[in-house]
Amino acid sequence: MSRELWKGNEAIAEAAVRAGLEAYFGYPITPQTEILEYLSRRMPKLGRAFLQAESELGAINMVYGAACTGARVMSSSSSPGVSLMMEGLSYIAGTEVPAVLVNVMRGGPGLGNIAPAQGDYNQAVHGGGHGDYPRIVLAPASVQEAIDLMALSFDLAEKYRMITMLILDGSVGQMMEPAEMPEMRSPNRKKFDWATDGALNRDRRVLSSIYLDPLAEEQTNFRLMQRWKEVMANEVRYKEYFLEDAEIVIVGFGTAGRVSLSAVRAARERGIKVGLLRPVTVSPFPYEVLDRLTGQARTFLVVEMNTGQMLEDVRLAVRGRVPVAFYGRTGGVVPFPDEILDEIQRINTEPVSAEADPRQSWLDRMTAIKA
Amino acid sequence: MTIAPNNLVYDRPEAFTDMPTHYCPGCTHGVAHRLIAEVLDEMKVIDRTIGVAPVGCSVFAYNYFDTDFVEAPHGRAPAMATGIKRVLPDRIVFTYQGDGDLASIGMGEIVHAAARGENLTVIFINNANYGMTGGQMAPTTLPGMKTTSSPDGRDVETQGYPIRMAEMLSTLEGVGYCVKRSLHDPKNIRLAKKAIRTAFETQWRGLGFSMVELLSTCPTNWGMTPVNSLKFVEEHMVPAYPLGDYKITDPIKQIKV
Ligand SMILES: Cc1ncc(C[n+]2csc(CCOP(=O)(O)OP(=O)(O)O)c2C)c(N)n1
Ligand code: SF4
Ligand SMILES: [Mg+2]
Repeated sequence: MSRELWKGNEAIAEAAVRAGLEAYFGYPITPQTEILEYLSRRMPKLGRAFLQAESELGAINMVYGAACTGARVMSSSSSPGVSLMMEGLSYIAGTEVPAVLVNVMRGGPGLGNIAPAQGDYNQAVHGGGHGDYPRIVLAPASVQEAIDLMALSFDLAEKYRMITMLILDGSVGQMMEPAEMPEMRSPNRKKFDWATDGALNRDRRVLSSIYLDPLAEEQTNFRLMQRWKEVMANEVRYKEYFLEDAEIVIVGFGTAGRVSLSAVRAARERGIKVGLLRPVTVSPFPYEVLDRLTGQARTFLVVEMNTGQMLEDVRLAVRGRVPVAFYGRTGGVVPFPDEILDEIQRINTEPVSAEADPRQSWLDRMTAIKA
Repeated sequence: MTIAPNNLVYDRPEAFTDMPTHYCPGCTHGVAHRLIAEVLDEMKVIDRTIGVAPVGCSVFAYNYFDTDFVEAPHGRAPAMATGIKRVLPDRIVFTYQGDGDLASIGMGEIVHAAARGENLTVIFINNANYGMTGGQMAPTTLPGMKTTSSPDGRDVETQGYPIRMAEMLSTLEGVGYCVKRSLHDPKNIRLAKKAIRTAFETQWRGLGFSMVELLSTCPTNWGMTPVNSLKFVEEHMVPAYPLGDYKITDPIKQIKV
């Protein structure tokens, strides 16, 4: 297949169709509405289910129902809508059925704005719905990567009977880039031995997230955690750029990682030994590679479009062995490569103190600039 | 004890499992379950039915029916059922919901499933309170009725008025069959059974959304004997929630059950 110009959101929608998406349930919200609109045109023509739900609560519970039948199903939304879906995500996790959710993140909290942001990292990776459950979270940085991860997300969700979330920000959703689509996969529904699709010629099945006996619920939580260990062992994905001899290691996901790469290239031209680690799976998080890089790096610089959420995971991996600095723009502001280049140059000339709180130092610098 | 087949006049429907229900003595949830099971038997659709259980006293409905079953979050059964039915349009999909589940927290989901004319069947158990959580006020609690969260009786000035769901949903175009029945005596139970059968037939023929509202008892939380609770339904619930056929479209009127 040849490369064509694709808008991020539409590319995601088409990639899902080609991965065998059988049903989509969604609700309009900027900046992801093109996914819904694209699928409203595409799915009925293929005889597949498309439905604009009454709300994100409705949408995620339709996803839940369809997931129980073993169908390939997804929804998409943006931050405020994803908050409404958290109830459903917890039930889906507790019932151990596969489902895919795309969050095209925007500025928040609250209604915030419709500009690109990464403020939902913690919600996606650490928080969200109630209870004790893991989930896979993928963070594409380009239209092509979003296409590739879309197909992967269904495979992972089904393999581990787990929610897979794709988190991207509005800029990846809205940008147009040349990209290559995969071939159309046939949407043959897999015969899962847990699916509730009518008990024809078999014993009946029940899908529920209820374990009234605390010991049974505990066993369930053990089972989920055991499965999560498999995910951690097999599914960590990341991209490395200029890391062979890097003394300063930038860590950034999605658009923050992509913008950082431009800054890294510019810094390399100035002879600074800097490289970039871009986690593609932010959950499972690439702790091991960070551990390895800790032996080589003089300083880490975490760049995010939030006030330092992934920062805590990086600090957990680095465990105080070398200083970690932070640079973020938030509320819908996307950092320019020059801003990150300035940070790299500053770190290169003035050593970062291992004692300083990276978030506080950053906040002090930011408010000084604004004042 | 084995009974000779020609002496057998009453048995568990095939659509039931062997599990005894957990309902309180005199609770009509069990009656409603039995009527659904008889209908599934008669229509021979046990192996192509998927039930959606609610949150409420009937949360464990999935233990009692010998069909595939899923368990929905509180109020979301119509959305889950929509998801199932849209990918498996040739199966029978039904929800079983209480009044807290359907008329309060799940109001959005039920109204829109009905408005879309989803080919689903909804069995709606109106017992005028939140049974499972210990008898709090529901949107269907009668004016003046005492509950654990309306200890002086429901004051309509501050706590609002009851919601009549069958009447409300019957105004929607997508609805094919929407009726209200009661479970307080044998005659009404027979009429309820017929309505449940018609509702499932409506779905089977793709004639739109179908719902049967069933006036039910909750002797435990009403603080009444089973007999008095049946009387309460007849004397107080039926006048407040008039029984009747609120919407039956013409093609459904042709169905003989
Ligand atoms: C989101 C959520 N809120 C509240 C509850 C607690 N809860 C469980 S059952 C119930 C009320 C059920 O009442 P109803 O639907 O009338 O069913 P009944 O028990 O009367 O048959 C409530 C509020 C819950 N499980 N989930
Ligand atoms: S609490 Fe009420 S509704 Fe629940 S089982 Fe007992 S009598 Fe029935
Ligand atoms: Mg009730």
